[in-house]
Amino acid sequence: MSEVKYSKEHEWIKLEGDVATIGITKHATEMLGDIVFAELPEKGSNVEKDGTAGVVESTKAASDVYTPVSGEVVDTNQEIVDDPSKINQDPENSAWFFKLKIKDKSEMDSLMNKDDYDKFAKENNT
Amino acid sequence: METKKTSLYQLHQDCNAKFVEFAGYHMPIQYSEGIVEEHKFTRNHSGIFDVSHMGQLFIYGGEELIKDLEKIFPLDLKNLKLNHSKYSFLMDKDAGIQDDLIITKIDEGFLIILNAACKDNDFKILKELLKEKYKMFLDENRSLIAIQGPKSSQILNEVVDGVKDLNFMSGNWFLFDNQKVYITRSGYTGEDGFEISIPNNFAEKLTRELINKGSKLAGLGARDTLRLEAGLCLYGHDLDKDKTPVEANLKWAISKERISKGDFIGSDIIIKQLNDGVTKIRVGIKPEGRIIAREKTKIFNQSNVHIGEITSGTFGPSVNGPVAMGYVENEFSKKNTKVFLEVRGKKYAANICSLPFYKKSYVKGVNQ
Repeated sequence: MSEVKYSKEHEWIKLEGDVATIGITKHATEMLGDIVFAELPEKGSNVEKDGTAGVVESTKAASDVYTPVSGEVVDTNQEIVDDPSKINQDPENSAWFFKLKIKDKSEMDSLMNKDDYDKFAKENNT
Repeated sequence: METKKTSLYQLHQDCNAKFVEFAGYHMPIQYSEGIVEEHKFTRNHSGIFDVSHMGQLFIYGGEELIKDLEKIFPLDLKNLKLNHSKYSFLMDKDAGIQDDLIITKIDEGFLIILNAACKDNDFKILKELLKEKYKMFLDENRSLIAIQGPKSSQILNEVVDGVKDLNFMSGNWFLFDNQKVYITRSGYTGEDGFEISIPNNFAEKLTRELINKGSKLAGLGARDTLRLEAGLCLYGHDLDKDKTPVEANLKWAISKERISKGDFIGSDIIIKQLNDGVTKIRVGIKPEGRIIAREKTKIFNQSNVHIGEITSGTFGPSVNGPVAMGYVENEFSKKNTKVFLEVRGKKYAANICSLPFYKKSYVKGVNQ
């Protein structure tokens, strides 16, 4: 199984070959509350590491979704756009956001592993 | 100033509330089930809201007080029956809204429920206007608990016998645990419900009993989505000093009899606006699709001209879609007018619609 890595912006990223699947963490969904709207990047567009690549909204507020690595968007998960509550239900699995054909695998190096992220999330409970 | 706690603070904590600071109080925004569940449970069953941060202003006086208050509020107070309530506002001389409120005729005076963020200023204004002629105080010793939703009448009646016979927008004194509680059939969710003014020391006991009978705590988050679906205004957002009751589309709350006399603060402007019309007016706005347009979102017409702004916008859990209110130039206020909302740099289609988004189910009295 491929390793999952995590960003400080609370995204998870799973790399298989040169395609990365990206979503938001369970911790992020717990902070956001009920997610009622999701916007994803356009298929075929290019996104830059740490740049905005989508939006999620709870009843309370809107939050940007960032991409932890650069690449070309090769797929997006329409299911979470049609039913954003799926993001709360299964954030780190079926409710992925988008898939990227990544440009530079070394961008993965600065991301956290699960233990480090869990510690980070616990310390940054906001 | 230190952030205040209501008498239900410990109970909120026990129920895993997430707190926010609101108008100087630690208030629960939501509990563990979340805003959407709390909202739906209130619509379908019964939700309890701690609204103890709101001001409970008691004023005592007779005929002269009624006359003096009629100079302030655009209400026919001399004909307001004992234990009946009216929605109204405190205006400045330009008819700008300083606060919106509920005033109830009680024995030997009035009880006025004020917004938390405005209550101290309201008190100051009223004290000056009434020249300190009357005994009046913001009662900090009482909590205010709202129970809202279709099962609330049955649940509250099991705890306080007789409340089920109250008519909408009327109240009375009842006993709970030998304490005098003032209960009105009212609320701010678009559902049948009650607001209970109770001594602080008994608020938690009452609330726990209501929970034991099947009601559930709901936070300010759900209160906001519920009131917005019901088309009700939130002060500081949909109403403020730069908006008049006519612009806010609340002229139904102004007594016709009092307009004909025109002798209350702000009446010149109100009468002028009623005769000549207004340039901007509050409307309901329904975005097409799922896009949520929040407060301060700019509204454009079909020719891309800026015609207004959203004042409240969220996702309505019962509507199952986005809902919003805002002010637009009068000529674009007709139902079904197509407008565009600018969200994150892009324009999204929306339609002006009538309010409420969600149909009320208030219990009407037999005499009304």
